[in-house]
Amino acid sequence: MIKRIDSQKTEMIKIYFEGELINAHKGQTVASALLEAGVTHFQNTTSRGSQRGPFCMMGVCFDCLVEIDEQPNQQACMVNVYQEMKIRRQTNIFK
Amino acid sequence: MHKMYDFDSIVIGGGMIGSSIAFGLAKQDEKVAMIDEGDNALNAARGNFGLIWAQGKGENHPSYADWTLQSVKKWPEFNNELKALTKIDTGFEQKGGFDFCLNQEEFEERIISLKHIAENSNEQFSYKMLDHEELEKKLPKIGPEVFGASYSSWDGHVNPLLLLRSLHQGFQELGGKLLIHSVNDIKYNDSYFSVETKNSVINSNKVILAAGFSNQNLAPKIGLKMSLFPQRGQILVTEKIKPFLDYPTGLIRQTNEGGLLLGDSHEDVGFDDSTSLQTMQQIAQRVTTIFPFLKDVKMIRAWGSLRILTEDRLPIYDYSKTCPGAYTISSHSGVTLSAIHALDIASYIAKDGKLPISLKCFSAERFND
Amino acid sequence: MNNHYDIIIIGAGPAGMSASCLASKYKAKILVLDVAASPGGQIFRAVETNQSIDKQKFGANYLNGIKLVNKFRKCSINYHSRAKVWHLSENGEVHYLKDNKTHFVKAKHILITSGAQERPFPVAGWTLNGVMTAGAAQILLKESNLGIQNAVFVGTGPLLYLIAHQYLMMGIPIKAVVDTTPLSNYFRAIPKIVNLRGNFNEIYKGIRWIGDIKKSNTLFIKRISDLRILGDEEVHAIEYQKNGQWNKIECENVLLHQGLVPEINISLSVGCRKIWNQQQSCWNIDVDKWFQSSLPSISVAGDASSISGAIAAEASGKIAALNILAKLNIITANQRDQLAIPIHKSLKTEMSTRIFLETLFNPISHFRIPNNNDTIVCRCEEVSAGEIRESVDLGSKGPNQTKSFTRCGMGPCQGRLCGLTVSEIIADQLNRSVEEVGHYRIRPPITPITLGNLSTTKPAVTRSN
Repeated sequence: MIKRIDSQKTEMIKIYFEGELINAHKGQTVASALLEAGVTHFQNTTSRGSQRGPFCMMGVCFDCLVEIDEQPNQQACMVNVYQEMKIRRQTNIFK
Repeated sequence: MHKMYDFDSIVIGGGMIGSSIAFGLAKQDEKVAMIDEGDNALNAARGNFGLIWAQGKGENHPSYADWTLQSVKKWPEFNNELKALTKIDTGFEQKGGFDFCLNQEEFEERIISLKHIAENSNEQFSYKMLDHEELEKKLPKIGPEVFGASYSSWDGHVNPLLLLRSLHQGFQELGGKLLIHSVNDIKYNDSYFSVETKNSVINSNKVILAAGFSNQNLAPKIGLKMSLFPQRGQILVTEKIKPFLDYPTGLIRQTNEGGLLLGDSHEDVGFDDSTSLQTMQQIAQRVTTIFPFLKDVKMIRAWGSLRILTEDRLPIYDYSKTCPGAYTISSHSGVTLSAIHALDIASYIAKDGKLPISLKCFSAERFND
Repeated sequence: MNNHYDIIIIGAGPAGMSASCLASKYKAKILVLDVAASPGGQIFRAVETNQSIDKQKFGANYLNGIKLVNKFRKCSINYHSRAKVWHLSENGEVHYLKDNKTHFVKAKHILITSGAQERPFPVAGWTLNGVMTAGAAQILLKESNLGIQNAVFVGTGPLLYLIAHQYLMMGIPIKAVVDTTPLSNYFRAIPKIVNLRGNFNEIYKGIRWIGDIKKSNTLFIKRISDLRILGDEEVHAIEYQKNGQWNKIECENVLLHQGLVPEINISLSVGCRKIWNQQQSCWNIDVDKWFQSSLPSISVAGDASSISGAIAAEASGKIAALNILAKLNIITANQRDQLAIPIHKSLKTEMSTRIFLETLFNPISHFRIPNNNDTIVCRCEEVSAGEIRESVDLGSKGPNQTKSFTRCGMGPCQGRLCGLTVSEIIADQLNRSVEEVGHYRIRPPITPITLGNLSTTKPAVTRSN
């Protein structure tokens, strides 16, 4: 379970994951916002359909791929949240 | 027979051509060794695009056109044999393919060229021209600037790396021996050949040179000559995306895993197989003209590879007169011709020894003055 | 031309920041490109933006970072954050992405200070959801004040204990710390104590961290011999083997760490020569004492060439900068030599102390070369250790052939997380040195780029690798 340990007063940003609203903090990456909201399954691999989520959080592993505003293959740990962002799991990309 | 030599045949070169022939010979119950240089060899096979392409081949050479078409016809049988033996799915598909025309001039030239090939073909080559409207029905995401395309149901594609792997595995399963060495010398001893590597000498009844550029150094040792020229092709690979391209095309194909291969570049840069930003850009520009939505798709890697060309871009099939039992083979269409190499060429070598007269036009003697 | 510079520095961590500050003092025209939102690299990540958290709890080094970042901000340099370099050429041309657009810049000399990545830790189950690196935990903490509750920390190396200690200071509960440092490492490290030359600071710190962790009643298990992570798609437990027995700890999160290695793709893509560092069991970029690479216009300093820590990184950044300034005739070779003397000296001291740490925390070979053939080695394409070994049986003599056979290394990470493992497995199987076996051939782009951006970038005429 991932918990915030210090509450900063930051602007709150509304983002949506699979249609559900998440209140993220300004300056947060998509990966950290989703993890904070309890999301662990970000994508399914194309090779075997295995579930994946963030691993390195620094842009090296490419496991945290999500679809952001209909653009696939976005590294969630490298993109900052912005208002009204619509995020979808990257899954069954061939189906 | 086996007592006098170590092997019936030694194939030098484990790329697309070498491994197709070695596999075919092993299937003919020959005792075969395949010798390959290993990880750092130039390895045209690893840079292959994967097309099994009929249309447009041999425009000025009906024999080559027909040779290609015969191989394309044999591909399904060949693929089934490989799959039955190795269980590897090479991703082979033969639903037809497209070559694009970006303007009317190109379109009209294409018509002339394909008509000429069809008229002179003994294999009943067929094709269809599509204008923009018709093309859009088949390939809905086609860009507005594409004038049209030629389509042939003969065309197809395969995953070249899986093909190579399947050939190697099949070869070894049939008892073939793969040896990783550089070949230093070949000696003909009146009825058999001695192939010398750094640490060993291997003897065989026959030797087949399918070593790409190395064929040039090795051919004289068996009484043959060849002149080969490198031509660089660069290929870009994209991230995996939703399937949108059901058919291979001359410069874009979508693999069965979803990534796109983009290519069809030609450069004279000697033996330089690195990538260049200029060519990568040209490929990207062409491809985004053809399918504009691809401008948002990411490329994840690129590579350069050297095509092995002869002066007239036709293959070389040669049989040595001074050293009977020695052959040289060279072609830059290793995938398309893989079927006929594994089936027919291997059969000629194993059974009759000589190559048929129909292949005489591909002897390197055609380059002599 | 306003997109032409004297020096382009790639990476704004300690090496990059100190190089830029020094070079700018001599009025060189400098551009710094960095992928993060703010300067600091990994070690000083988010040190600027993290306002309310009590930074003391991160340790003294982190606070030094604030000073360095402030100094960096005051230098007269051009700095672009969120800039991802995707193409480099040996004549100084750089293409980078920022805000989804590509930009072209050129310099007389390029300094690569793009830092390190965590060493891959291929164990059964490491691809399950809920497994992350210890570095990832630290990023969540520094950037977003998020703590992963009741995680199991597994591995070896100072960073593992540092992050566990930071968690402790922040009051974030830790389920267990499972240490993979083998006993034999202690024996091999003891003779290296003399290399510390009395500089026991780092050692005391480490001992204190571990002491604090033990005192806190966190489960601390030492010298495990094997490990597997269990779960279906999500982690539900970790199993470790010690003294022949398997034990289970239930958990939802596992944080892995077994040291840092240079992130070499950017240097290799342009053609810098690499060498295998036997002591560190990883590739280093081959540089001379001025951090000049095998290419005349490219230097590589800090952790990007060889893991040496933040303090050494600052020193190496300065040394590289001095050399580049001399090459550009902004200072004389003599000035360079004189100014470098004290910096070379302190770098030597730093490097000397590292020998002890490197020996002590060198990850044991079966955690680098998985015995279990089902263990996934290439995460992107899900290729197992068994398939890598099979490719060697089929005749592969190196990672590039294995790549053709198995697809390992073909995914978007381009071998960053599997390269070391694959080379070591092949070397082990063939009984050859890793230097002989080699590494994947790294090609551009250094990071994925859209075909649209590729179409519109200014073309470079020179070749890359």
